[in-house]
Amino acid sequence: MTYKAPLSDILTTLDKALGYAALLDGSAFGGLEWDAVEGILDEAGKFAASVLAPTNRTGDLEGVTLKEGVVTLPQGFKEAYAQWAELGWNGVAAPEAFGGMGFSTAIALATFEIWDGANMALGTGPTLTLGAIDLLLDHASDALKDTYLPKLVSGAWMATMHLTEAQAGSDVGALRTRAVPQGDGTYRLFGEKIFITFGEHDLTENIIHLVLARLPDAPPGTKGISLFLVPKILVNDDGSLGARNDVHCVGVEHKLGIHASPTCTMLHGREDGAMGWLVGEENRGLACMFTMMNAARLWTAIQGVALGEASFQKARDYALERVQGRDPATGKQGTTIIHHPDVRRNLLTMKALVLASRAICLSCAATLDEAAQAEGKEKAALMARAGLLTPIAKAFSTDAGLQATSIGVQIHGGMGFVEETGAAQFLRDARIPPIYEGTNGIQAIDLVTRKIPQAGGAVVASVLDGFSRDLEGFGDTLPPSVLSATQAAVGDLRVATELMLTLGTEAPVDALGIATPYLRLFGLTMGGVLLAKGAAGTNDPGWRAVTRFLAEDMLPETSALLAGLRARGGAVAATTPDLFEAM
Amino acid sequence: MHIVVCIKQVPDSAQIRVHPVTNTIMRQGVPTIINPYDLVVLEEALRLRDQFGGKVTVLTMGPPMADESLRKALACGADAAVLLTDRFFAGSDTLATSFALSTAIKKIDAEEPVDIVFAGKQTIDGDTAQVGPGIAKRMGLNQLTYVSAIRSLDLGSRSIVVERRAEGGTQVLTTGLPCLITMLEGSNVLRRGSLPDMFRAARAEVTTWNAEQAGVEDITQCGLRGSPTVVKKVFAPKPRNEKAVLVETEGKSDAEIARAAIDALFTANPKLEAEIPELVLAS
Repeated sequence: MTYKAPLSDILTTLDKALGYAALLDGSAFGGLEWDAVEGILDEAGKFAASVLAPTNRTGDLEGVTLKEGVVTLPQGFKEAYAQWAELGWNGVAAPEAFGGMGFSTAIALATFEIWDGANMALGTGPTLTLGAIDLLLDHASDALKDTYLPKLVSGAWMATMHLTEAQAGSDVGALRTRAVPQGDGTYRLFGEKIFITFGEHDLTENIIHLVLARLPDAPPGTKGISLFLVPKILVNDDGSLGARNDVHCVGVEHKLGIHASPTCTMLHGREDGAMGWLVGEENRGLACMFTMMNAARLWTAIQGVALGEASFQKARDYALERVQGRDPATGKQGTTIIHHPDVRRNLLTMKALVLASRAICLSCAATLDEAAQAEGKEKAALMARAGLLTPIAKAFSTDAGLQATSIGVQIHGGMGFVEETGAAQFLRDARIPPIYEGTNGIQAIDLVTRKIPQAGGAVVASVLDGFSRDLEGFGDTLPPSVLSATQAAVGDLRVATELMLTLGTEAPVDALGIATPYLRLFGLTMGGVLLAKGAAGTNDPGWRAVTRFLAEDMLPETSALLAGLRARGGAVAATTPDLFEAM
Repeated sequence: MHIVVCIKQVPDSAQIRVHPVTNTIMRQGVPTIINPYDLVVLEEALRLRDQFGGKVTVLTMGPPMADESLRKALACGADAAVLLTDRFFAGSDTLATSFALSTAIKKIDAEEPVDIVFAGKQTIDGDTAQVGPGIAKRMGLNQLTYVSAIRSLDLGSRSIVVERRAEGGTQVLTTGLPCLITMLEGSNVLRRGSLPDMFRAARAEVTTWNAEQAGVEDITQCGLRGSPTVVKKVFAPKPRNEKAVLVETEGKSDAEIARAAIDALFTANPKLEAEIPELVLAS
């Protein structure tokens, strides 16, 4: 079977769980009718199924090759990308001034779920380009914008982000790449960057690198990092392509998953140094890069959703076909395994994780869309809310993707462990999203140390009040068990949030040790509330069944998580690094 | 160059069910699509426009919801859309439909001269293949039906050369513009809509004309009044009781075919051997 875009679920999420159709109506997003949004997503689904999905397995098998500095992607990738860009899919949310459609982040994110579900390795490249577009819009000079944005928006060129160095992974402040001013407004860069996604490839004629480096007199640590734009091919004043810049791919990684996405080691300055242009102010590069990182986090989050969904579809189809054992309800021999309650429980768990994490991601994107149309205090409040939801979206969804794809393999039994089936690829590909764009551990720490204390806890309080208000409005549209379980989870989240805010001031180091279970509690609860909202507005029996399962069988986990949090991280705090040497 | 493409919104016949008791077509809840034969001519029109420049206008007659099909055509790259909708058009047969469409095309032509009119070979709901030729006749256009390919178009000499599938071969025909063309399925595949075109289509104003705005002077030629065709009965043909059987043969000679047929006959009717003498006697 091939991947089929989950249009109905996406539309129910947007319209029923998030009230997005109402938000779109009369909004700044060009007054599109909801029907038109459905049409756009439908077309995206057709393109993904017919053009992108067929290269997923072959791309995984073939991988990328590096020969004399040239990286070649698997067969069919260049053509598929060219078609995709030609049809304008890169520019859904990009501003019209630079050739985009100026449409909403939520719809752009929904289309990316579809691209990633069909072929995540290929989807990874444009994900970075979108982040670069946001970064340049916010921080670059008009000259840089005019030169680079139209090509990046159209997808004619792609972009990368160069942060990591061998000694500077999650600790970006330790990076050593140097930038030497040339006195004419340009810089020459020298240094080696690793783990650069799509650092070199044959999909586009130019690649625009956004590189973190240090100026000669820069202070140490994160306060001495500046951001530079380094094109692979230098761009002449008339916009034509000029000489090859001194930036080179010197290695590609062999990885567990996303084999078709080139992960490159990039050398800046083999000879005279790579020519670069400063983006934003000197020594303020990290703040600029965070624009890109933040956007990229949401786009990474949706990768978890996409893989979970694709894995669900495969496992569901297998369970409907595979004949094995006796139907425990009727005693009939030779039944398909979907008749076994444990298999259905597995499928429900997968689907619940996917629906919950999709709803969280799209909720975060919808908040950004609202913020884009608001002004002043309201805008600041919405941005703060999106800031709170981003780490939850990233970590919960990518963990969910990993859990769901693992269950997907399980449903296939031994066949799932065999590569030909394709279930294993989803699991391998799903292993990276929890790691890149800020590990999920870092997301949890961000949530606990920076996001929930925002405005003295007022931002998180307003989100929790919103959950409670949502639940009050359902009346008898939901089964009582769903309502009571969701209410209980929201109650657990309230208590847990108070606890984490207190612990954050009283014992901040101890709080770090239990940030991850707190984030999971938050994600589960939010997913439960949004699914219940969707269920109250839809007759889709699938959605309602999954909502009930999530409420009755999965949400009770919140009380266990809360019980753990009540120990205030004491067990972790009591250990020392030395202790592990003796274990 | 200005090309008008006539399209029709039809029920998706793949999803139509016939009522098991009354044998009537159950139209409720059946999604609508653009008549698949129309997609072929739409693509051909877009290709000609891309090659020679100009404009593609899509035209349909139908209820207000037919607007949806026009927008789909715009999303694939058509430049303008006109919807004929009026209660006077309701119940039109092919005679009245070709009258209404040709009247509207004359009006479009007066605003911006039309070089080619395209129509689908036939529709999947009516299957008459009469509307395109009807338009050509009413407008006095040269008519090329069942075209499988357009070989060349010369805007200077205003002539077109096409391939037309005929029994036993392919005809190569040439005629002058303006003309009307209907094309065979499979001649091309409709392109994917690009995102900018989808947005343009969603935001576009579809020109909507009632009978008067379309330039209709004699309303009695429209709708039910202008339609002499009467549908007396719709029924599903009764399935035959006997079924065809495929008999495999060893070779292709008459003797081998006869032998296989006889074998099959006697295998299927074990009593036949015994009955044959009686049959012979009786005759």
